[in-house]
Amino acid sequence: MNLEAKQQIWKEYQKEIADDRYYYARSCIRQTFFPGSEWAYLDILGNRLGKTVFDDPRHTTCTGIGYHSDVVPVETIMTVVARHFALMTEAGFENITPSCITSFGIYTEILHTWQEHPEIEEQTHEYLWKATRREFKKPKNLAHTSDVIYKFRHEIAAQKKHALVDVHTGRPLRVVDHIGCHYAKMFPSKGIGGAEFPAVLSGMVTAWGGEPVDYPERRHCCGFGFRNYLVLANRGYSIANSKKKFESMQPYEPDFIITNCPGCAMFLDKWQYTISEMEGTTYGKDGYGIPVLTYEEAAALVLGYDPWEIGLQMHQVSVEPLLEKMGIAYDPDAKYRNARGEDMGRPACPNYLKV
Amino acid sequence: MQKLSEKLKQDIHYIESLNSCMNCGVCTAICPAAEFYRYDPRVIVDTVQRQDEEALETLLKSETIWYCGECMSCKTRCPRSNTPGGVIMSLRRLSQEEGYFTESEKGRQQFALKRVLGNNILNYGYCVTPDVVRPEMHPEQGPVWEWIYEHRDEFYERVHSNYRKEGAGALRKVDDQTMKELRSIFEVTGGKAFMDNIENCSAEKAQEMGMDMETYFLHTYMDNNDNHQ
Repeated sequence: MNLEAKQQIWKEYQKEIADDRYYYARSCIRQTFFPGSEWAYLDILGNRLGKTVFDDPRHTTCTGIGYHSDVVPVETIMTVVARHFALMTEAGFENITPSCITSFGIYTEILHTWQEHPEIEEQTHEYLWKATRREFKKPKNLAHTSDVIYKFRHEIAAQKKHALVDVHTGRPLRVVDHIGCHYAKMFPSKGIGGAEFPAVLSGMVTAWGGEPVDYPERRHCCGFGFRNYLVLANRGYSIANSKKKFESMQPYEPDFIITNCPGCAMFLDKWQYTISEMEGTTYGKDGYGIPVLTYEEAAALVLGYDPWEIGLQMHQVSVEPLLEKMGIAYDPDAKYRNARGEDMGRPACPNYLKV
Repeated sequence: MQKLSEKLKQDIHYIESLNSCMNCGVCTAICPAAEFYRYDPRVIVDTVQRQDEEALETLLKSETIWYCGECMSCKTRCPRSNTPGGVIMSLRRLSQEEGYFTESEKGRQQFALKRVLGNNILNYGYCVTPDVVRPEMHPEQGPVWEWIYEHRDEFYERVHSNYRKEGAGALRKVDDQTMKELRSIFEVTGGKAFMDNIENCSAEKAQEMGMDMETYFLHTYMDNNDNHQ
Protein backbone atom coordinates (compact mmCIF):
# COMPACT_ATOMS: atom_id res chain seq x y z
CA MET A 1 0.00 0.00 0.00
CA ASN A 2 1.34 3.44 -0.83
CA LEU A 3 1.91 6.09 1.80
CA GLU A 4 -0.99 8.27 0.69
CA ALA A 5 -3.46 5.40 1.03
CA LYS A 6 -2.09 4.55 4.47
CA GLN A 7 -2.44 8.16 5.60
CA GLN A 8 -6.00 8.23 4.29
CA ILE A 9 -6.90 5.12 6.31
CA TRP A 10 -5.19 6.45 9.43
CA LYS A 11 -7.26 9.66 9.20
CA GLU A 12 -10.30 7.60 10.15
CA TYR A 13 -8.64 6.85 13.47
CA GLN A 14 -8.06 10.50 14.42
CA LYS A 15 -10.47 12.77 16.21
CA GLU A 16 -10.98 16.48 16.54
CA ILE A 17 -9.67 17.94 19.79
CA ALA A 18 -10.28 21.60 20.63
CA ASP A 19 -7.22 23.82 20.84
CA ASP A 20 -8.11 25.88 23.92
CA ARG A 21 -10.83 26.91 26.41
CA TYR A 22 -11.82 23.71 28.11
CA TYR A 23 -14.56 23.16 30.70
CA TYR A 24 -13.09 20.61 33.13
CA ALA A 25 -15.32 17.74 34.30
CA ARG A 26 -13.83 16.25 37.44
CA SER A 27 -13.51 12.51 38.11
CA CYS A 28 -14.69 11.00 41.42
CA ILE A 29 -12.00 8.32 41.34
CA ARG A 30 -9.15 10.51 40.09
CA GLN A 31 -9.71 13.17 42.74
CA THR A 32 -9.79 10.49 45.46
CA PHE A 33 -6.81 8.38 44.42
CA PHE A 34 -4.81 10.71 42.16
CA PRO A 35 -5.53 14.30 43.22
CA GLY A 36 -1.93 15.20 42.35
CA SER A 37 -2.53 14.07 38.77
CA GLU A 38 -5.48 16.38 38.51
CA TRP A 39 -3.46 19.27 39.91
CA ALA A 40 -0.61 18.47 37.50
CA TYR A 41 -3.01 18.41 34.54
CA LEU A 42 -4.49 21.80 35.39
CA ASP A 43 -1.04 23.25 36.08
CA ILE A 44 0.48 21.90 32.85
CA LEU A 45 -2.44 23.18 30.76
CA GLY A 46 -2.59 26.57 32.44
CA ASN A 47 1.01 27.38 33.28
CA ARG A 48 3.10 25.36 30.83
CA LEU A 49 0.91 25.41 27.74
CA GLY A 50 -0.94 28.68 28.33
CA LYS A 51 -4.41 27.22 27.90
CA THR A 52 -7.61 28.23 29.66
CA VAL A 53 -9.30 25.52 31.71
CA PHE A 54 -12.33 26.26 33.87
CA ASP A 55 -12.54 24.24 37.09
CA ASP A 56 -16.13 24.90 38.16
CA PRO A 57 -17.01 24.56 41.88
CA ARG A 58 -20.63 23.82 40.91
CA HIS A 59 -19.71 20.68 39.00
CA THR A 60 -20.70 17.31 40.53
CA THR A 61 -20.34 13.62 39.82
CA CYS A 62 -21.92 12.55 36.53
CA THR A 63 -23.28 9.61 38.62
CA GLY A 64 -21.62 7.23 36.13
CA ILE A 65 -20.52 4.62 38.66
CA GLY A 66 -24.11 4.50 39.91
CA TYR A 67 -25.40 4.27 36.34
CA HIS A 68 -23.12 1.36 35.45
CA SER A 69 -23.97 -0.28 38.78
CA ASP A 70 -27.60 0.01 37.66
CA VAL A 71 -28.89 2.05 40.59
CA VAL A 72 -29.14 5.34 38.65
CA PRO A 73 -31.62 5.34 35.72
CA VAL A 74 -30.65 6.73 32.33
CA GLU A 75 -33.10 9.66 32.56
CA THR A 76 -31.37 10.79 35.75
CA ILE A 77 -27.80 10.60 34.48
CA MET A 78 -28.79 12.38 31.25
CA THR A 79 -30.18 15.26 33.28
CA VAL A 80 -27.13 15.42 35.56
CA VAL A 81 -24.92 15.57 32.47
CA ALA A 82 -27.25 18.16 30.93
CA ARG A 83 -26.68 20.28 34.05
CA HIS A 84 -22.93 20.07 33.40
CA PHE A 85 -23.56 21.26 29.85
CA ALA A 86 -25.68 24.10 31.27
CA LEU A 87 -22.87 25.16 33.63
CA MET A 88 -20.45 25.03 30.71
CA THR A 89 -22.80 27.11 28.58
CA GLU A 90 -23.35 29.68 31.35
CA ALA A 91 -19.59 30.02 31.86
CA GLY A 92 -19.11 30.79 28.17
CA PHE A 93 -17.34 27.55 27.24
CA GLU A 94 -18.07 25.15 24.38
CA ASN A 95 -15.47 22.42 24.83
CA ILE A 96 -15.93 19.86 27.59
CA THR A 97 -13.12 17.64 28.84
CA PRO A 98 -14.00 14.88 31.30
CA SER A 99 -11.11 13.49 33.32
CA CYS A 100 -12.86 10.18 33.94
CA ILE A 101 -13.09 7.49 31.27
CA THR A 102 -16.48 6.33 32.54
CA SER A 103 -17.73 9.92 32.28
CA PHE A 104 -16.23 10.30 28.81
CA GLY A 105 -18.04 7.16 27.66
CA ILE A 106 -21.28 8.39 29.20
CA TYR A 107 -21.07 11.88 27.67
CA THR A 108 -20.36 10.22 24.30
CA GLU A 109 -23.25 7.79 24.69
CA ILE A 110 -25.68 10.52 25.74
CA LEU A 111 -24.78 12.78 22.80
CA HIS A 112 -25.18 9.78 20.48
CA THR A 113 -28.57 8.87 21.97
CA TRP A 114 -29.83 12.44 21.65
CA GLN A 115 -28.74 12.50 18.04
CA GLU A 116 -30.60 9.26 17.32
CA HIS A 117 -33.61 10.14 19.48
CA PRO A 118 -34.21 13.92 19.58
CA GLU A 119 -37.35 13.35 21.67
CA ILE A 120 -35.13 12.11 24.51
CA GLU A 121 -32.99 15.24 24.33
CA GLU A 122 -36.17 17.32 24.44
CA GLN A 123 -37.36 15.42 27.50
CA THR A 124 -33.98 16.04 29.17
CA HIS A 125 -34.33 19.79 28.52
CA GLU A 126 -37.68 19.65 30.28
CA TYR A 127 -36.38 17.63 33.22
CA LEU A 128 -33.44 20.00 33.71
CA TRP A 129 -35.61 23.08 33.55
CA LYS A 130 -38.09 21.63 36.02
CA ALA A 131 -35.36 20.52 38.44
CA THR A 132 -32.94 23.47 38.24
CA ARG A 133 -34.38 26.20 35.98
CA ARG A 134 -31.28 25.80 33.81
CA GLU A 135 -30.95 25.48 30.05
CA PHE A 136 -28.12 23.92 28.13
CA LYS A 137 -26.39 23.79 24.80
CA LYS A 138 -24.52 20.70 23.70
CA PRO A 139 -20.72 21.01 23.62
CA LYS A 140 -19.06 21.75 20.29
CA ASN A 141 -16.17 19.49 21.24
CA LEU A 142 -15.93 16.57 23.63
CA ALA A 143 -12.46 15.23 24.41
CA HIS A 144 -11.05 13.18 27.23
CA THR A 145 -8.28 14.93 29.14
CA SER A 146 -5.83 12.31 27.80
CA ASP A 147 -6.81 13.44 24.28
CA VAL A 148 -5.79 16.96 25.25
CA ILE A 149 -2.38 15.82 26.54
CA TYR A 150 -1.98 13.72 23.37
CA LYS A 151 -2.73 16.79 21.27
CA PHE A 152 0.03 18.75 23.02
CA ARG A 153 2.48 15.85 23.42
CA HIS A 154 5.08 17.47 21.16
CA GLU A 155 4.80 20.83 22.96
CA ILE A 156 5.39 18.93 26.23
CA ALA A 157 8.34 17.12 24.65
CA ALA A 158 9.80 20.49 23.63
CA GLN A 159 9.85 21.52 27.31
CA LYS A 160 11.05 18.20 28.70
CA LYS A 161 13.52 17.93 31.57
CA HIS A 162 13.58 14.12 31.58
CA ALA A 163 12.99 11.71 28.71
CA LEU A 164 11.42 8.27 29.06
CA VAL A 165 14.90 6.82 28.80
CA ASP A 166 17.13 4.85 31.16
CA VAL A 167 19.81 7.45 31.75
CA HIS A 168 22.31 4.78 32.78
CA THR A 169 22.15 2.84 29.51
CA GLY A 170 20.45 5.18 27.03
CA ARG A 171 17.75 2.56 26.47
CA PRO A 172 14.22 3.88 25.79
CA LEU A 173 11.93 2.79 28.62
CA ARG A 174 9.58 -0.05 27.72
CA VAL A 175 6.07 1.11 28.41
CA VAL A 176 2.85 -0.92 28.31
CA ASP A 177 -0.37 1.02 28.04
CA HIS A 178 -3.79 0.23 29.37
CA ILE A 179 -6.67 2.20 27.92
CA GLY A 180 -9.92 2.32 29.87
CA CYS A 181 -12.65 0.24 28.18
CA HIS A 182 -15.14 3.09 27.90
CA TYR A 183 -12.66 5.32 26.06
CA ALA A 184 -13.14 3.71 22.64
CA LYS A 185 -14.75 0.27 22.92
CA MET A 186 -18.28 1.66 22.81
CA PHE A 187 -17.72 4.40 20.23
CA PRO A 188 -14.40 3.63 18.50
CA SER A 189 -14.52 6.72 16.28
CA LYS A 190 -14.37 8.91 19.39
CA GLY A 191 -10.97 7.61 20.50
CA ILE A 192 -7.57 8.21 18.94
CA GLY A 193 -6.71 4.99 17.13
CA GLY A 194 -10.19 3.61 17.79
CA ALA A 195 -10.49 0.39 19.75
CA GLU A 196 -8.12 -1.53 17.45
CA PHE A 197 -5.07 0.72 17.24
CA PRO A 198 -4.91 2.47 20.60
CA ALA A 199 -2.60 5.45 20.14
CA VAL A 200 -3.64 8.02 22.71
CA LEU A 201 -1.08 6.80 25.27
CA SER A 202 1.51 5.17 23.01
CA GLY A 203 1.63 8.47 21.08
CA MET A 204 2.67 10.26 24.28
CA VAL A 205 5.22 7.56 25.13
CA THR A 206 6.85 7.79 21.70
CA ALA A 207 6.90 11.61 21.77
CA TRP A 208 8.65 11.56 25.15
CA GLY A 209 11.35 9.08 24.16
CA GLY A 210 9.93 5.77 25.37
CA GLU A 211 9.14 2.57 23.53
CA PRO A 212 5.51 1.41 23.57
CA VAL A 213 5.33 -2.36 23.96
CA ASP A 214 2.45 -4.38 22.60
CA TYR A 215 1.31 -7.34 24.70
CA PRO A 216 -1.37 -9.96 24.09
CA GLU A 217 -3.95 -8.75 26.63
CA ARG A 218 -3.40 -5.07 25.93
CA ARG A 219 -7.10 -4.51 25.23
CA HIS A 220 -8.44 -6.66 28.07
CA CYS A 221 -10.46 -4.93 30.80
CA CYS A 222 -8.62 -4.13 34.08
CA GLY A 223 -11.52 -5.81 35.85
CA PHE A 224 -13.25 -2.89 37.58
CA GLY A 225 -16.61 -4.16 36.40
CA PHE A 226 -18.44 -1.64 38.64
CA ARG A 227 -20.54 -3.94 40.91
CA ASN A 228 -17.77 -6.51 40.54
CA TYR A 229 -15.41 -4.33 42.55
CA LEU A 230 -17.77 -2.19 44.59
CA VAL A 231 -19.35 -5.18 46.33
CA LEU A 232 -16.76 -6.94 48.48
CA ALA A 233 -18.14 -10.41 47.65
CA ASN A 234 -17.44 -9.91 43.94
CA ARG A 235 -13.85 -8.68 44.02
CA GLY A 236 -12.47 -12.01 42.79
CA TYR A 237 -13.70 -10.99 39.31
CA SER A 238 -11.85 -7.72 39.49
CA ILE A 239 -8.48 -9.07 40.64
CA ALA A 240 -8.64 -12.06 38.24
CA ASN A 241 -8.85 -9.74 35.25
CA SER A 242 -5.92 -7.60 36.40
CA LYS A 243 -3.91 -10.77 37.06
CA LYS A 244 -4.52 -11.86 33.50
CA LYS A 245 -3.06 -8.57 32.29
CA PHE A 246 -0.02 -8.70 34.59
CA GLU A 247 0.81 -12.22 33.43
CA SER A 248 0.48 -11.10 29.82
CA MET A 249 2.72 -8.05 30.16
CA GLN A 250 5.36 -9.42 32.55
CA PRO A 251 7.43 -11.30 29.91
CA TYR A 252 8.05 -7.99 28.12
CA GLU A 253 9.68 -6.58 31.29
CA PRO A 254 7.94 -3.21 31.16
CA ASP A 255 9.52 -0.32 33.03
CA PHE A 256 6.06 1.03 33.79
CA ILE A 257 2.37 0.86 32.92
CA ILE A 258 0.61 4.01 31.68
CA THR A 259 -3.18 4.40 31.86
CA ASN A 260 -5.76 7.02 30.94
CA CYS A 261 -8.54 5.77 33.21
CA PRO A 262 -8.27 6.69 36.90
CA GLY A 263 -9.98 3.48 38.01
CA CYS A 264 -7.65 1.31 35.94
CA ALA A 265 -4.61 3.13 37.35
CA MET A 266 -5.80 2.47 40.87
CA PHE A 267 -6.62 -1.19 40.26
CA LEU A 268 -3.43 -2.03 38.38
CA ASP A 269 -1.48 -0.48 41.27
CA LYS A 270 -3.40 -1.91 44.21
CA TRP A 271 -4.05 -5.39 42.85
CA GLN A 272 -0.30 -5.98 42.52
CA TYR A 273 -0.14 -5.64 46.30
CA THR A 274 -3.17 -7.90 46.83
CA ILE A 275 -1.87 -10.62 44.51
CA SER A 276 1.48 -10.52 46.29
CA GLU A 277 -0.26 -10.98 49.64
CA MET A 278 -2.46 -13.79 48.30
CA GLU A 279 0.12 -15.71 46.29
CA GLY A 280 3.53 -14.23 46.98
CA THR A 281 3.76 -13.23 43.30
CA THR A 282 5.32 -9.95 42.17
CA TYR A 283 5.60 -8.75 38.58
CA GLY A 284 8.51 -6.30 38.52
CA LYS A 285 12.21 -6.99 39.00
CA ASP A 286 13.75 -8.10 42.31
CA GLY A 287 10.46 -8.37 44.17
CA TYR A 288 9.15 -4.92 43.19
CA GLY A 289 5.94 -4.35 41.29
CA ILE A 290 5.54 -2.71 37.90
CA PRO A 291 5.02 1.02 38.56
CA VAL A 292 1.73 2.42 37.25
CA LEU A 293 1.54 6.02 36.10
CA THR A 294 -1.38 8.11 35.01
CA TYR A 295 -0.64 10.03 31.80
CA GLU A 296 -0.66 13.27 33.81
CA GLU A 297 2.00 11.86 36.14
CA ALA A 298 4.10 10.74 33.17
CA ALA A 299 3.78 14.19 31.56
CA ALA A 300 4.63 15.90 34.86
CA LEU A 301 7.77 13.77 35.38
CA VAL A 302 8.87 14.54 31.82
CA LEU A 303 8.37 18.24 32.57
CA GLY A 304 10.41 18.05 35.78
CA TYR A 305 7.72 18.24 38.48
CA ASP A 306 8.71 16.90 41.89
CA PRO A 307 7.39 13.33 42.33
CA TRP A 308 5.85 14.04 45.73
CA GLU A 309 4.19 17.30 44.56
CA ILE A 310 2.20 15.24 42.05
CA GLY A 311 1.28 12.58 44.60
CA LEU A 312 3.38 9.60 43.56
CA GLN A 313 3.59 8.66 47.25
CA MET A 314 -0.05 7.55 46.95
CA HIS A 315 0.98 4.57 44.84
CA GLN A 316 1.27 1.18 46.53
CA VAL A 317 3.84 0.03 43.97
CA SER A 318 7.02 2.03 44.56
CA VAL A 319 7.99 4.43 41.81
CA GLU A 320 11.56 4.95 43.04
CA PRO A 321 13.12 2.34 40.68
CA LEU A 322 11.55 4.21 37.76
CA LEU A 323 12.68 7.62 39.05
CA GLU A 324 16.20 6.30 39.35
CA LYS A 325 16.16 4.95 35.79
CA MET A 326 14.97 8.33 34.52
CA GLY A 327 17.61 10.15 36.55
CA ILE A 328 15.04 12.10 38.55
CA ALA A 329 16.39 13.38 41.87
CA TYR A 330 14.05 13.00 44.83
CA ASP A 331 14.16 13.40 48.57
CA PRO A 332 13.17 10.04 50.14
CA ASP A 333 12.11 11.65 53.43
CA ALA A 334 9.95 14.31 51.75
CA LYS A 335 7.72 11.49 50.53
CA TYR A 336 6.26 11.20 54.01
CA ARG A 337 5.98 14.88 54.94
CA ASN A 338 2.90 17.08 54.99
CA ALA A 339 2.63 20.57 53.46
CA ARG A 340 4.31 22.08 56.53
CA GLY A 341 7.25 19.70 56.29
CA GLU A 342 6.15 17.58 59.28
CA ASP A 343 6.62 13.82 59.17
CA MET A 344 3.42 11.79 58.82
CA GLY A 345 4.94 8.44 59.77
CA ARG A 346 5.31 5.54 57.35
CA PRO A 347 2.87 3.05 55.82
CA ALA A 348 3.29 -0.55 56.98
CA CYS A 349 5.42 -2.78 54.75
CA PRO A 350 3.71 -5.45 52.67
CA ASN A 351 4.75 -9.04 53.35
CA TYR A 352 6.02 -9.76 49.84
CA LEU A 353 5.89 -6.71 47.59
CA LYS A 354 9.15 -4.81 47.93
CA VAL A 355 8.67 -1.09 48.55
CA MET B 1 -50.92 -6.30 32.36
CA GLN B 2 -48.13 -5.40 29.97
CA LYS B 3 -45.84 -8.26 28.99
CA LEU B 4 -42.24 -8.24 30.21
CA SER B 5 -40.99 -8.43 26.62
CA GLU B 6 -43.08 -5.37 25.72
CA LYS B 7 -41.69 -3.42 28.67
CA LEU B 8 -38.19 -4.39 27.63
CA LYS B 9 -38.74 -3.09 24.12
CA GLN B 10 -39.52 0.39 25.49
CA ASP B 11 -36.14 0.63 27.22
CA ILE B 12 -33.69 2.86 25.35
CA HIS B 13 -30.80 0.55 26.20
CA TYR B 14 -32.66 -2.35 24.64
CA ILE B 15 -33.60 -0.29 21.59
CA GLU B 16 -30.02 0.86 21.07
CA SER B 17 -28.40 -2.48 21.92
CA LEU B 18 -30.22 -5.17 20.00
CA ASN B 19 -30.65 -5.29 16.26
CA SER B 20 -30.68 -8.94 15.26
CA CYS B 21 -28.35 -11.46 16.79
CA MET B 22 -27.03 -14.32 14.68
CA ASN B 23 -25.77 -16.21 17.72
CA CYS B 24 -22.14 -16.29 16.61
CA GLY B 25 -20.87 -16.09 20.20
CA VAL B 26 -18.13 -13.51 19.63
CA CYS B 27 -19.51 -11.57 22.62
CA THR B 28 -18.97 -14.61 24.83
CA ALA B 29 -15.47 -15.11 23.49
CA ILE B 30 -14.41 -11.56 24.36
CA CYS B 31 -16.37 -11.24 27.62
CA PRO B 32 -14.32 -10.95 30.86
CA ALA B 33 -17.36 -12.05 32.88
CA ALA B 34 -17.80 -15.20 30.76
CA GLU B 35 -14.21 -16.09 31.55
CA PHE B 36 -14.77 -15.75 35.28
CA TYR B 37 -18.39 -16.66 35.93
CA ARG B 38 -20.81 -19.28 34.63
CA TYR B 39 -22.01 -16.66 32.20
CA ASP B 40 -22.78 -16.59 28.51
CA PRO B 41 -24.05 -13.35 26.95
CA ARG B 42 -24.88 -15.21 23.72
CA VAL B 43 -27.44 -17.32 25.57
CA ILE B 44 -28.92 -14.25 27.26
CA VAL B 45 -29.44 -12.45 23.95
CA ASP B 46 -30.91 -15.67 22.57
CA THR B 47 -33.39 -15.90 25.48
CA VAL B 48 -34.42 -12.28 25.09
CA GLN B 49 -34.97 -12.66 21.33
CA ARG B 50 -37.32 -15.63 21.86
CA GLN B 51 -39.75 -13.39 23.77
CA ASP B 52 -40.83 -16.32 25.91
CA GLU B 53 -42.41 -14.65 28.96
CA GLU B 54 -41.69 -17.52 31.30
CA ALA B 55 -38.05 -17.77 30.25
CA LEU B 56 -37.72 -13.99 30.57
CA GLU B 57 -39.15 -13.96 34.09
CA THR B 58 -36.76 -16.75 35.08
CA LEU B 59 -33.88 -14.73 33.64
CA LEU B 60 -34.91 -11.60 35.53
CA LYS B 61 -34.93 -13.57 38.79
CA SER B 62 -31.64 -15.31 38.07
CA GLU B 63 -28.03 -14.72 39.13
CA THR B 64 -27.01 -14.62 35.49
CA ILE B 65 -27.88 -11.04 34.57
CA TRP B 66 -25.78 -9.69 37.45
CA TYR B 67 -22.42 -11.12 36.36
CA CYS B 68 -21.66 -8.63 33.54
CA GLY B 69 -19.10 -5.92 34.40
CA GLU B 70 -20.46 -3.46 31.79
CA CYS B 71 -17.01 -3.03 30.26
CA MET B 72 -18.80 -3.09 26.89
CA SER B 73 -16.02 -5.03 25.18
CA CYS B 74 -18.85 -6.91 23.44
CA LYS B 75 -19.92 -3.77 21.59
CA THR B 76 -16.60 -3.46 19.79
CA ARG B 77 -16.63 -7.02 18.53
CA CYS B 78 -20.23 -7.80 17.60
CA PRO B 79 -20.46 -8.17 13.80
CA ARG B 80 -24.10 -7.05 13.95
CA SER B 81 -23.43 -3.95 16.09
CA ASN B 82 -25.32 -5.30 19.06
CA THR B 83 -24.32 -4.55 22.65
CA PRO B 84 -25.14 -7.48 24.94
CA GLY B 85 -23.91 -5.31 27.85
CA GLY B 86 -26.62 -2.80 26.96
CA VAL B 87 -29.23 -5.56 26.87
CA ILE B 88 -28.04 -6.49 30.36
CA MET B 89 -28.61 -2.89 31.50
CA SER B 90 -32.23 -3.08 30.30
CA LEU B 91 -32.74 -6.48 31.98
CA ARG B 92 -31.32 -5.21 35.26
CA ARG B 93 -33.60 -2.19 35.20
CA LEU B 94 -36.66 -4.34 34.55
CA SER B 95 -35.65 -6.85 37.22
CA GLN B 96 -35.48 -4.03 39.75
CA GLU B 97 -38.70 -2.36 38.63
CA GLU B 98 -40.55 -5.69 38.91
CA GLY B 99 -38.94 -6.49 42.27
CA TYR B 100 -37.39 -9.70 40.92
CA PHE B 101 -33.82 -8.77 41.81
CA THR B 102 -34.14 -9.92 45.42
CA GLU B 103 -34.60 -13.52 44.24
CA SER B 104 -30.88 -14.01 43.58
CA GLU B 105 -27.80 -13.47 45.74
CA LYS B 106 -26.12 -11.27 43.12
CA GLY B 107 -29.34 -9.36 42.48
CA ARG B 108 -29.77 -8.61 46.19
CA GLN B 109 -26.43 -6.79 46.02
CA GLN B 110 -28.30 -3.89 44.43
CA PHE B 111 -29.24 -2.95 47.98
CA ALA B 112 -25.58 -2.57 49.00
CA LEU B 113 -24.87 -0.62 45.83
CA LYS B 114 -27.86 1.64 46.35
CA ARG B 115 -26.90 2.29 49.98
CA VAL B 116 -23.23 3.03 49.16
CA LEU B 117 -23.55 4.93 45.88
CA GLY B 118 -26.90 6.56 46.64
CA ASN B 119 -25.52 7.84 49.92
CA ASN B 120 -22.32 9.13 48.32
CA ILE B 121 -24.04 10.87 45.42
CA LEU B 122 -26.85 12.48 47.38
CA ASN B 123 -24.79 13.45 50.43
CA TYR B 124 -21.40 14.36 48.95
CA GLY B 125 -22.11 15.02 45.26
CA TYR B 126 -19.62 12.34 44.20
CA CYS B 127 -19.78 8.58 43.68
CA VAL B 128 -16.53 8.17 45.61
CA THR B 129 -14.74 10.29 48.20
CA PRO B 130 -11.84 9.32 50.48
CA ASP B 131 -14.04 9.24 53.58
CA VAL B 132 -16.05 6.29 52.29
CA VAL B 133 -13.10 4.10 51.29
CA ARG B 134 -12.65 2.75 54.81
CA PRO B 135 -9.63 0.45 55.04
CA GLU B 136 -11.53 -2.22 56.99
CA MET B 137 -13.96 -2.55 54.08
CA HIS B 138 -11.15 -2.30 51.51
CA PRO B 139 -8.26 -4.49 52.65
CA GLU B 140 -7.14 -4.78 49.01
CA GLN B 141 -6.19 -1.11 49.02
CA GLY B 142 -3.14 -1.96 51.08
CA PRO B 143 -1.01 -0.19 53.69
CA VAL B 144 -0.29 2.96 51.67
CA TRP B 145 -4.01 3.71 51.45
CA GLU B 146 -4.38 2.98 55.17
CA TRP B 147 -1.65 5.53 55.85
CA ILE B 148 -3.27 8.12 53.56
CA TYR B 149 -6.69 7.50 55.10
CA GLU B 150 -5.33 7.99 58.59
CA HIS B 151 -3.65 11.29 57.61
CA ARG B 152 -6.13 12.35 54.95
CA ASP B 153 -6.65 15.95 56.05
CA GLU B 154 -2.96 16.85 55.92
CA PHE B 155 -2.17 14.43 53.10
CA TYR B 156 -4.70 15.84 50.63
CA GLU B 157 -3.52 19.34 51.44
CA ARG B 158 0.02 18.18 50.54
CA VAL B 159 -1.09 17.17 47.04
CA HIS B 160 -2.87 20.46 46.31
CA SER B 161 -6.47 19.40 46.80
CA ASN B 162 -9.18 21.45 48.48
CA TYR B 163 -10.45 18.63 50.68
CA ARG B 164 -13.76 19.44 52.44
CA LYS B 165 -13.37 23.18 51.79
CA GLU B 166 -15.49 25.62 49.79
CA GLY B 167 -14.49 26.67 46.27
CA ALA B 168 -12.88 24.92 43.32
CA GLY B 169 -10.39 22.05 43.34
CA ALA B 170 -10.30 18.34 43.99
CA LEU B 171 -12.33 16.91 46.87
CA ARG B 172 -13.89 20.26 47.74
CA LYS B 173 -17.17 20.39 49.64
CA VAL B 174 -19.96 20.62 47.10
CA ASP B 175 -22.04 23.69 47.99
CA ASP B 176 -25.61 23.47 49.31
CA GLN B 177 -27.28 24.99 46.22
CA THR B 178 -25.53 22.46 43.95
CA MET B 179 -26.56 19.58 46.21
CA LYS B 180 -30.13 20.89 46.16
CA GLU B 181 -30.10 20.87 42.35
CA LEU B 182 -28.63 17.36 42.24
CA ARG B 183 -31.30 16.01 44.60
CA SER B 184 -33.98 17.82 42.65
CA ILE B 185 -32.81 16.08 39.45
CA PHE B 186 -33.15 12.72 41.20
CA GLU B 187 -36.71 13.65 42.30
CA VAL B 188 -37.85 14.93 38.91
CA THR B 189 -36.35 12.19 36.73
CA GLY B 190 -37.40 9.19 38.81
CA GLY B 191 -33.93 8.46 40.20
CA LYS B 192 -35.12 8.80 43.78
CA ALA B 193 -38.20 6.64 43.19
CA PHE B 194 -36.00 4.00 41.56
CA MET B 195 -33.73 3.91 44.62
CA ASP B 196 -36.69 3.95 47.02
CA ASN B 197 -38.06 0.89 45.23
CA ILE B 198 -34.74 -0.94 45.73
CA GLU B 199 -34.94 -0.03 49.41
CA ASN B 200 -38.56 -1.18 49.80
CA CYS B 201 -38.10 -4.49 47.96
CA SER B 202 -34.97 -5.14 50.01
CA ALA B 203 -36.78 -4.43 53.29
CA GLU B 204 -39.42 -7.00 52.33
CA LYS B 205 -36.76 -9.55 51.45
CA ALA B 206 -34.85 -8.90 54.67
CA GLN B 207 -38.02 -9.58 56.63
CA GLU B 208 -38.62 -12.77 54.67
CA MET B 209 -35.04 -13.89 55.41
CA GLY B 210 -35.39 -12.99 59.09
CA MET B 211 -32.68 -10.30 59.03
CA ASP B 212 -32.60 -6.74 60.31
CA MET B 213 -31.43 -4.18 57.74
CA GLU B 214 -27.89 -3.96 59.08
CA THR B 215 -27.46 -7.73 58.81
CA TYR B 216 -29.09 -7.68 55.39
CA PHE B 217 -26.67 -4.97 54.21
CA LEU B 218 -23.71 -7.09 55.31
CA HIS B 219 -25.28 -10.10 53.60
CA THR B 220 -25.60 -8.18 50.32
CA TYR B 221 -22.10 -6.70 50.60
CA MET B 222 -20.11 -9.69 51.78
CA ASP B 223 -21.83 -13.02 51.22
CA ASN B 224 -20.76 -15.32 48.42
CA ASN B 225 -22.33 -18.76 48.17
CA ASP B 226 -19.50 -19.87 45.89
CA ASN B 227 -21.98 -21.17 43.35
CA HIS B 228 -21.30 -18.68 40.59
CA GLN B 229 -18.33 -20.07 38.72
